[in-house]
Amino acid sequence: MGQGILLSAGADIDFMIHGVFSYELFGQTVWITTTHVCVLIVMLVITAFCIAANRAVKHASDVPGTFQNVVELVVEMLDKMIGGVMGKFSPKFRNYIGTIFIFILLSNISGLFGLRPPTADYGVTFAMGIMTFVLIHYNQFKYQKVKGVIAGLCDPWPIWAPINIIGDIAVPISLSLRLFANVLSGTVMLALVYALLSKIAIIWPAALHVYFDLFSGAIQTYVFCMLTMTYITNACTTDE
Amino acid sequence: MGEFNNNFILGCSAIGAGLAVIAGIGPGVGQGIAAGHAAAAVGRNPGAKSDVTSTMLLGQAVAETTGLYGLLIAMLLLFVKPLLP
Repeated sequence: MGQGILLSAGADIDFMIHGVFSYELFGQTVWITTTHVCVLIVMLVITAFCIAANRAVKHASDVPGTFQNVVELVVEMLDKMIGGVMGKFSPKFRNYIGTIFIFILLSNISGLFGLRPPTADYGVTFAMGIMTFVLIHYNQFKYQKVKGVIAGLCDPWPIWAPINIIGDIAVPISLSLRLFANVLSGTVMLALVYALLSKIAIIWPAALHVYFDLFSGAIQTYVFCMLTMTYITNACTTDE
Repeated sequence: MGEFNNNFILGCSAIGAGLAVIAGIGPGVGQGIAAGHAAAAVGRNPGAKSDVTSTMLLGQAVAETTGLYGLLIAMLLLFVKPLLP
């Protein structure tokens, strides 16, 4: 039953989230899953890179070495991308956008190293969607004041307010589902290839890895950050 | 559930999953149209190639969302099996 009827070959396809161990917290059983482990690994990699980058920048030389060049390249690329979309608001949101860009990119690429990508868990992407949602509405109230927010809700006519509210709520859901479904589809397809064609899956799945992990992962990272920036810039911009 | 056994439900779930991924037709057509217009724009103004490319990718990713919802429904039907008692 179950998987057996799905795959007559009976191969073990494995792309689900597994629990590693569980513990009791306030009477609830809480599971530490593979997602947590993969997020921790990605975090450790990012932290190690940040410590090395901090040291390289503190001892910066006039003629930059290889590593210092890489750090400057990353920072300049992020600054250019964020400045191009957000304009005068870019200094305030550079930290947030840069952080989620690097985190999502490394998470998506981590499928290449045999991890289950953390972004293929809806809990991770939905958390980022919620953060974007909070940022949008905090900045909307901060820049447009309550009057502007109410005017935005009653945009063409006041009777449209419920539809506008539904549209606002749909933003984080569609944002997170897009990232989640793209990464999950790549993970599932590669798991199916490895399980069903295990006899002949020798070298050519590398091409699939390049498409699903590198290309699709980079595009989805870019799209998530661009949409976040566009929404936040829209919320910050006042009418005059 | 009456006389229907679990195998019948799983088979119907598989058919439903197959029908759900038909949603991929729409994004395919839409992304093709976007890519065609982007190619025309680059042909008219080759200097704006990077801007056109990033705008095209953003629009295509947004257009892809509806297809991904169909994919998610198919995944839910196949692997989470919500219809089983």
